[in-house]
Amino acid sequence: MSSFCWPVLLGLFGVSLLSICSPPPVHAQENPYFVAYDHYLEEPGNLEIEYFSTFGTQRNGNNFHAYWAEFEYGATAWWTTEFYLDGQTTFHDSTIFTGFRWENRFRVLKHEHLINPVLYVEYENKNGADKILKEVEGHDVESDFLVSNAEARKEHIHEIELKLILSSTFKGWNFTENTLAAKNLSNSPWEFGYALGASRPLALKASPKHCTLCPQNFVAGVEMYGGLGDRHSFGLHDTSHYLAPALAWNLPSGWTLRISPGFGLNDKSHRFLMRWGVAREITGFGSMVSRLFRGHK
Amino acid sequence: MKAIAAALAVCASFLAVSVVLAQNQNADKPAAGATPKYDPAIYAELQKAPEKARNRVNPLQNDPDAVAAGAILFQQHCAECHGDSAQGSRKAPSLRAPEVQNATPGTLFWLITNGVVRKKMPVWSKLPEAQRWQLVRYIQSLDAAAPAPESPAPKP
Repeated sequence: MSSFCWPVLLGLFGVSLLSICSPPPVHAQENPYFVAYDHYLEEPGNLEIEYFSTFGTQRNGNNFHAYWAEFEYGATAWWTTEFYLDGQTTFHDSTIFTGFRWENRFRVLKHEHLINPVLYVEYENKNGADKILKEVEGHDVESDFLVSNAEARKEHIHEIELKLILSSTFKGWNFTENTLAAKNLSNSPWEFGYALGASRPLALKASPKHCTLCPQNFVAGVEMYGGLGDRHSFGLHDTSHYLAPALAWNLPSGWTLRISPGFGLNDKSHRFLMRWGVAREITGFGSMVSRLFRGHK
Repeated sequence: MKAIAAALAVCASFLAVSVVLAQNQNADKPAAGATPKYDPAIYAELQKAPEKARNRVNPLQNDPDAVAAGAILFQQHCAECHGDSAQGSRKAPSLRAPEVQNATPGTLFWLITNGVVRKKMPVWSKLPEAQRWQLVRYIQSLDAAAPAPESPAPKP
């Protein structure tokens, strides 16, 4: 194992440590999406620490397991900021750290509307071996992953990614449409992509009793995502697309578990992706950090 | 190594921003031990509910389980800021205040749904409608005149 995967391990250690040291958890109400975003931001002052994995099959090459740790902080009720650390293991090859991302989401409107827009701005500093498939853009296709890790990591990518998130809630359902434009800061064209999602809790009314397995704690959904080419060749030609049912289980203890099998929709896509994740929300993280530096009064 | 150094630099910036934001949040807080006092203007947001929203009737008004379910939801999602007994905290106002207790169910539902984004209250439309109405039932079941219990109710 390469020493470069230590940031991911550190992230996992951080999840465990903060979970132990944190104040009583808040019950999260998370959607099941892995790729699509809805318009709900992190509550102000809360930190959500998440770990996600993606296992992917590869035709004519080695299967892979990519993972990322995610630190999501509610800076205000209209601004959420997130920091990611990414890594991957390619079977019969190696394990490497592939980069970091800094993401920001801004709620545009004060009140709820039929369609709620959120602006998304992300900076990515990664290498060419990144395989987390957090989004699919441009002409990303399965054969891109055939290159060995040693070769792929030589490519350094500094990328800006913009998304317009349009999300609606209707009779317990959430519907979201994300359009994506990404630009490698080297001399590359703008690339485009999309993600669509729909989800609903299994029950809309809460139970009058404390329970872990109540249907209202489960949110089921489906998401579809893929590339839309680039500025020079916009469209579906030579792009990959996925359809993925997804399930989230929001435990009363403050943990959220997610699982999602994904299926490639054309021969440019990986045939199968298996994703899972665990997340925990820590309340009052901002105040905790403040106390750390100011001391108790 | 460059990537790791950059990652650490971003972590440090993230931490610094968190501290600044947290300190700003604390700047609003009264001294420790003091009873939080709220400017009546803080409840002015309730007046902004449109008439149509204000007149909505709680469909769970006669649901015998609504208050109990609402109490659990309150502990899970609201107590962190409004206090375990809805008595208010340094983060958010009391929900036992007459301004809240005299508001119509539709007004409270509207406020929970839309939040007060500019004043740190998030939107809660991610809770299904039925759950928001259960919360309204619970909030309205609180006796405004009765003092909040000394010790907070046990958490689930």
